[in-house]
Amino acid sequence: MSATEALRQGRPGEVDPYKLGRGRAPVPGHGGGGRDYATGHGEGGPASKRVIVGYGFWIFLLSDIVMFSAFFAAHAVLQTATAGGPTGRELFNPTHVAIETAALLASSFTCGLSAVATEARSQAWTQFFLLVTGLLGLVFLSLEAREFADMVARGAGPQRSAFLSSFFAVVGLHGCHVTAGELWLGTMMAQVFVKGFRPNIMRRLVCFNLFWHALDIIWVALFTIVYLIGEGR
Amino acid sequence: MTPGDDDLDHNADDVAPGFMDAVDHTPREGIQGYLIGFGLAILLTLASFYVAGTRFIWGPGIPVMLVMLAVAQIGVHLVFFLHLTTAPDNTNNVLALAFGVLIVALVVGGSVWIMAHLDENMMPMGQMRGM
Repeated sequence: MSATEALRQGRPGEVDPYKLGRGRAPVPGHGGGGRDYATGHGEGGPASKRVIVGYGFWIFLLSDIVMFSAFFAAHAVLQTATAGGPTGRELFNPTHVAIETAALLASSFTCGLSAVATEARSQAWTQFFLLVTGLLGLVFLSLEAREFADMVARGAGPQRSAFLSSFFAVVGLHGCHVTAGELWLGTMMAQVFVKGFRPNIMRRLVCFNLFWHALDIIWVALFTIVYLIGEGR
Repeated sequence: MTPGDDDLDHNADDVAPGFMDAVDHTPREGIQGYLIGFGLAILLTLASFYVAGTRFIWGPGIPVMLVMLAVAQIGVHLVFFLHLTTAPDNTNNVLALAFGVLIVALVVGGSVWIMAHLDENMMPMGQMRGM
């Protein structure tokens, strides 16, 4: 008998000597949540594995956002340090940015639909929406790569000015994250296909969903601060 | 993978960010939620791009307006895509987010504030070259 099985079988009649909250407290009024399931704030004993995994990944995402905030701060400070080189107004193309934004927002939406399909345990729809998400991500990445190549070709590479260094750093960092997300997405499609909706695969899918939505949140900050406000300078 | 793992994975009232199954959702309801979020996000994005190019608003007010729209859109994403709510079982997630927002505000706001003041107090470039 494995440890988890023992826990499962031992649970119903179990009296918690440490009054962690699962079941009724031995002495009324001495601790114990009185409920037999976790509520998310201490009652009912330790949280389930998928809650812990989701929460841990949430903490990672927040730390990632804190790292991005340093790049954003650098860019905000250096936005006007063009060293006589091209400014944002000369370099940025609003239509181009709008298409990039649309692609990423739509991919976030289809990623959410894939989560709905996963909840319904539909292999075909999950694969379909993950594929659409990946393709929209690739559209975004190729547009960004072309934008970078164009700028470098016009002599506005990262070495031109502090403004451009910080621009390539923050936008490139986001692009790296999307690239990593694409690799993860491909891995998840293969795992769902081979292994099906096992609990550990489901947990990974939830983490992937969180990651992809977080990328879109960062892009919202990015197109606002770097492109739209930067264009007005 | 232990046999009991699946069982331990389901706890009635507990949620982590990204989960939709805290309450029993039908696929239709799930899709509806994402559609509402998607619609709101599109509206806010369009508003941002419109405001950036408009002369309808007083010039220096535009960045303020853009930041406001961005914050609103991030809120929409958090609620409809990441399923963050104010429900008591979501307290941990919201508190972690609040701490993240605090750090981001300190880093970005602090940097901009300090650097603007340094910039103001700096000797003009021409004068420095003459020294």
